[in-house]
Amino acid sequence: MHIDWAALGQVFGVSLVVTVGLVGVFTLGIVGTSRKTETAGATAATSTDGSGALARTGAYACFALCAAAVGYGIYLIVA
Amino acid sequence: MENITLLIGIVIVTALVFDFTNGFHDTANAMATTISTGALKPKTAVAMSAALNLVGAFLSVEVAKTISGGIIDESAGIRPEVIFAGLVGAIVWNLLTWLAGLPSSSSHALFGGLIGATVASVGFDAVNADKVVMKVLIPAVAAPIVAGIAATVATRLTYRLAKNRDERDTAKGYRAGQIASAALVSLAHGTNDAQKTMGVITLALVAGGVVAPHSDPPMWVIVSAGLAIALGTYLGGWRIIQTLGKGLTDIKPAQGFAAQTGAATVILASSHIGFALSTTQVCSGSIMGAGLGRKGGVVRWSTAGRMVAAWGLTLPAAGLVAAGAALLAEQGDWGIATVAVLGLAVSAGIWAASRRKPVTHDNVNDLNEPQGIAAEPAGVVTAALQAVAPPPAGPLAPAAPAAPTATVPAPATTG
Repeated sequence: MHIDWAALGQVFGVSLVVTVGLVGVFTLGIVGTSRKTETAGATAATSTDGSGALARTGAYACFALCAAAVGYGIYLIVA
Repeated sequence: MENITLLIGIVIVTALVFDFTNGFHDTANAMATTISTGALKPKTAVAMSAALNLVGAFLSVEVAKTISGGIIDESAGIRPEVIFAGLVGAIVWNLLTWLAGLPSSSSHALFGGLIGATVASVGFDAVNADKVVMKVLIPAVAAPIVAGIAATVATRLTYRLAKNRDERDTAKGYRAGQIASAALVSLAHGTNDAQKTMGVITLALVAGGVVAPHSDPPMWVIVSAGLAIALGTYLGGWRIIQTLGKGLTDIKPAQGFAAQTGAATVILASSHIGFALSTTQVCSGSIMGAGLGRKGGVVRWSTAGRMVAAWGLTLPAAGLVAAGAALLAEQGDWGIATVAVLGLAVSAGIWAASRRKPVTHDNVNDLNEPQGIAAEPAGVVTAALQAVAPPPAGPLAPAAPAAPTATVPAPATTG
């Protein structure tokens, strides 16, 4: 009986890395585009104004990366 | 299309019915959490999934060379009666698990049906036991574990990263992301599962000498298979959607996003690397994983246990029904007619039973209200657990002792 452990391990590794990576990147995008909760916002209010635009740009980059991943997913389905 | 005998015609119709139940059964995979987190309205969700399944059916012409992936020795020539019996077994099992609201793999039902029918008509020699282990058993164990771990880790990560954010503020973003992931799952499903039916019909046509061996499926086969799976998806197996979306665990938008992204990734990675995993088991596993990943999240192990039991039973149960059907169908025309009539009668009976406690797009999300009291104890247990369990502890620890206390309620699928 031949069990393809290598392929199974690969599926596991790739799935874990890609899932966690994508969810992490997308969450960073959400964090960048949403406001902080009031308690956290109060402590960090001093530094937000200057980095607000930067955070937004970074967030859009994160979303773009996720969109690219979806595009690659569609490519995998079609190919 | 000329020279299609009655038997081939029956096989084609049966294959399309199986395709329909396949779509019907598997809507939940893509859309259950999308519906329960409120990312999409129930009707919108199934309409989108149906459209993507239809598109998926046309995307690829890579028809499976062997419908069973080598599980059965098809070289000796698989006869239409055997395919017919296998399909009947798969349909009956799909409908039964739907009635119980349990997600189970349609592919495994098809494999089981074909194996049972082959064993009954040819014998055990025609079944490759190695392939059964490799293509059915190992993936069945691996799929929920792989998807579950990926979704657990992803859920923890996303809660950690967004811990300074208001949940109401982030929900919209998560829902949008979830829709994209669910769309990918639907598309991949249409491509894979509609192909299977096309393969079955083409094989029947080859067996009947209507088309040449090794030819691509005719256009009408592609269109009808795509339409059958899309129609099934659109009508929606609301019972299974309810189990996956609400019954296994309580899903919040962040979890829904993590679960759905994990499912899409695992499905694409596994089919791309060549270790195909069942969509149903991947999605169920990722939903459970997402349930475990949130602090205070509780997986209802009683429901999960029944689901896993259904997975274990899928192959033998579909196989037994198909074996019986094959023995009858071998008797000649009257046997095939009897199988067809019995199959219809059983299907009608299951449908009638389902009407007693219908689950529709209207009540799919309110598990506690119409089906009532049975769900209450689970809520109490969950609340008690959340009160007792210290928040920083891993959710696995508090969730595990819940199993014995939570066995009675079986909240999801009393219908």
